[in-house]
Amino acid sequence: MSTLPVLDPTKCDGCGLCVTVCRCGALVMTGATVTLVQVDDCGWCCDCELVCETGALQCPFEIITIED
Amino acid sequence: MSITIENISILGYFKGVGADRLSSLLPLFGQRSFSKGQTIISEGESEQSLYFVGAGVVKIFKTSAEGKEQIIKITRPGESFNDIAVFSNGPSPYSAQALGTTTVVYLIHKNDLMPFMEKDWKAAQNALHVLADQSRLLLNLIEDLSFKNVMARVAKILLENSLHGAEGFQKLTQYEMAAMAGTAREVVGRSLKSLEDTGAVRLERHQIVIVNKDLLNQLAGLN
Repeated sequence: MSTLPVLDPTKCDGCGLCVTVCRCGALVMTGATVTLVQVDDCGWCCDCELVCETGALQCPFEIITIED
Repeated sequence: MSITIENISILGYFKGVGADRLSSLLPLFGQRSFSKGQTIISEGESEQSLYFVGAGVVKIFKTSAEGKEQIIKITRPGESFNDIAVFSNGPSPYSAQALGTTTVVYLIHKNDLMPFMEKDWKAAQNALHVLADQSRLLLNLIEDLSFKNVMARVAKILLENSLHGAEGFQKLTQYEMAAMAGTAREVVGRSLKSLEDTGAVRLERHQIVIVNKDLLNQLAGLN
């Protein structure tokens, strides 16, 4: 089970562009809205966030420091 | 599914142009489909058709001699590309690649488009608006890339927002970093890759790992 992008359904306008660019099948259209499906191989390409005009999809990065 | 008057009437170039006028243009349009990752236009290619995205998404980008990519624009349904090559009589200044699973584009050759625009003031006026909007976007990108040391600002943002495991992880999207750095998301993506090239950070799926804090501080101009 892998971490998935974050979807805010209240911002999603159902344009479906994110579904067309998703490389791993984590995003699917259910009726007129986008839903997330659990997949094992989301590579965090961030293309869904890139094409989302409403900001409904977010691919946040954890910022961590490795101490010397 | 073939192109219709309705498909054309929503394109920036043809908004407000009468359906009777558009019906004369319709047979001159071509339609092509591309699968994800397929190249539609290569930089330097002598392609003289104006393209419109019908469905899916098209990435417009330039590639350096070293293979580094700079995204110019993400083109969505209704938007055009290859305008510069068509109106300047030159080669395409950028590449275009299909991002969507099935990307559909409509295209019309300049030899068919120009006579139409010469007779239709509304279409010519629309073209000026589209090109002006594209010029503004390119100027903003030039400003970001030329005058702002975005890499230093992104380095500073990473340092200011990194926490250690015990404190929980701070999370930021590339859009949020762009807003904090006062730049475009496309520029942040490239800055992160540049920072990775220096060896200061490592990009790992949904993590940005600071592996050399001293170097990152130096790149951020903090010591």
